[in-house]
Amino acid sequence: MTQFIVRRLMGMAAVLFAVSVIVFVVFMVVPKQNPAQTLAGKNATPLLVKSIEEEWGFDESLPVQYGTMMKKVFTGELTSYKPRLPVSDRIIEGIPATFSLTIGAAAIWLFFGLLLGYLSAIRAGGWLDRVLTGVSIAGISLPVFLLAPVLIYVFANKLEIFPNGQYVEFGEDPVEWLKHLILPWITLAVLSIGFYSRVLRSNMLDVMNEDYVRTARAKGLSERQVMTRHVLRNSLIPVITLFGLDFGATIAGTAIITEVIFSIDGIGNYAAEAVAKFELPPIMGVALYGAFFVVLMNTIVDIVYAYLDPRVRLGETAAE
Amino acid sequence: MSSAPLLSVAGLRVGFATEDGIIQAVDGVSFDLQPGEVLAIVGESGSGKSVTAQTMLGLTRANNARIEGSVALAGEDLTAASDEEMRRLRGERIAMVFQDPMTSFNPVYRIGSQIVEAIRAHRPDTSKGQAEERVVELFEAVGIPNAEQRVDDYPHEFSGGMRQRAMIAMALALEPEVLIADEPTTALDVTIQAQILDLLGDLNRERNLATILITHDLGVVAEVADRVLVMYAGKVVEEGTLDEIFYDPQHPYTWGLLGSLTRIDRPRPHRLPQIAGSPPSLLDLPEGCPFRPRCPHEFSKCSQYPGLEARVPDSPSHRDRCWLGPEEKREKRLVEGQIGLEAPRQGQQA
Repeated sequence: MTQFIVRRLMGMAAVLFAVSVIVFVVFMVVPKQNPAQTLAGKNATPLLVKSIEEEWGFDESLPVQYGTMMKKVFTGELTSYKPRLPVSDRIIEGIPATFSLTIGAAAIWLFFGLLLGYLSAIRAGGWLDRVLTGVSIAGISLPVFLLAPVLIYVFANKLEIFPNGQYVEFGEDPVEWLKHLILPWITLAVLSIGFYSRVLRSNMLDVMNEDYVRTARAKGLSERQVMTRHVLRNSLIPVITLFGLDFGATIAGTAIITEVIFSIDGIGNYAAEAVAKFELPPIMGVALYGAFFVVLMNTIVDIVYAYLDPRVRLGETAAE
Repeated sequence: MSSAPLLSVAGLRVGFATEDGIIQAVDGVSFDLQPGEVLAIVGESGSGKSVTAQTMLGLTRANNARIEGSVALAGEDLTAASDEEMRRLRGERIAMVFQDPMTSFNPVYRIGSQIVEAIRAHRPDTSKGQAEERVVELFEAVGIPNAEQRVDDYPHEFSGGMRQRAMIAMALALEPEVLIADEPTTALDVTIQAQILDLLGDLNRERNLATILITHDLGVVAEVADRVLVMYAGKVVEEGTLDEIFYDPQHPYTWGLLGSLTRIDRPRPHRLPQIAGSPPSLLDLPEGCPFRPRCPHEFSKCSQYPGLEARVPDSPSHRDRCWLGPEEKREKRLVEGQIGLEAPRQGQQA
């Protein structure tokens, strides 16, 4: 186990290093324009450009610039260009909103995805299964940028049940926090509900044909026990894996569109802003933050997987 | 053998509706099982032997299945029982051991806990501790060494033979009246096969456990069975005592099965004989005797399917479905190459 964790930490460091290099290279090499020029504006004097270059170190060689930037990342001194604000502060400020959004949405999509998938599977071929299949496919086909405006139009503008955006701190007013998040949660969850219910359904139908399910019936378990303890339990293993990866990816940035549409001041919104202004330090900060969560969730998935399936053992060389 | 049968199957027919038509997997099977008896059901894949067994447990009940005839356990008709009644009976009164011990346990639970689950499904007031003690006893009874430790192992930590022993332990957990073993040795090494068969034989003798052994291997049958039922295309084509089937087989299909056994009491043939062709599709059975296309002794009468009747003089329990007379059969068998053991052991039954 210790060996596994050490290996994983090293892997994580390698991934983060690779991500930082790629982001840096893309930013520095691709635009073919001096970033100082961009910062100085269209009508800047050469003198101004020069002073900006010196100030930010754009005149240094790329490896040196990369080194300086990484040093700033680790000391938390990374700042955006204009206005000069510490990147880490913005990310930390954005975390409550982004986490409220993604964790809530993940709980909803996991719960409803599994519920619909389970019902669909135990009634496979029946009318309930057909209805749920239709609902799931509709959910999968609905893009966020369409669903979100429709929800806002119907529930915020017409019916006025929910506010049309913004984020309220939980500590400030839990009821408002909930009200403000319901539409974004639904927006973010609908696609995954459809997807997860399809995946669980098909896994369960596969598992139902396994010999050990027949054994479970032959020993006299009730249909409900067979379905939950044997079919569902074994079908969940791949779904949990998928969930870990999706959840990591959502925290890391899938929520960008939702955050922007609902004006939630989270990390996704910050990322969108940074890309729009084409500023390297915030892009770097957000990319590393995202990569960190993706890798972290991957590691957690591996640990949980070994717990769910005893045939998988971590950190041991395969004996069989 | 005049006592009331423990299990009585009469005119059992099981059909499955598929897109291509109705598959009549079992077509009029009848037999009685006495307490303490070992009955072997023999046939190739697709002969309906497994479906017969699973129907006895109610495992073939499905929307597309049509089940006719009756299965009576101690006089009680199981085909009329509700699903809940069937559930209570499974494992408790009729238990089943399946073919592939590798896939018949759930890989994510410890073996012991899967047996505890079976016990507690029927005896909910048994405590977990009591059930676990019982599992250790069962493991010892079926010859699993270090029973105390092994109950906490996962299925993948067991070898194939040990897993089949554990499977048998699970089947015995509630002391059933009937044990159905569906190809219990097919997935195992030959040496392990012999051990498992010995175990089944011991259990049958020691516990007087009525056993139905389903197999395609007459070699397995020879070791443990009292009586044999040979099935082909959903029907019983021959039935009789072990001696009747081995010493005086009546149906050419049985000859084929016997002929394809390896024998250590004969010179080794260059090539092991096999039955020509393959079993017919149940959707498109030939008219008359379904074995006709593969049978070297086919003649005009075979376009009608004979009933299952006793044709051998003085052997009322020996019945078959072949038009040939017993004497003709004996000649043809000799010509075909010494199928069956020589010299029917007449007058040796005493």
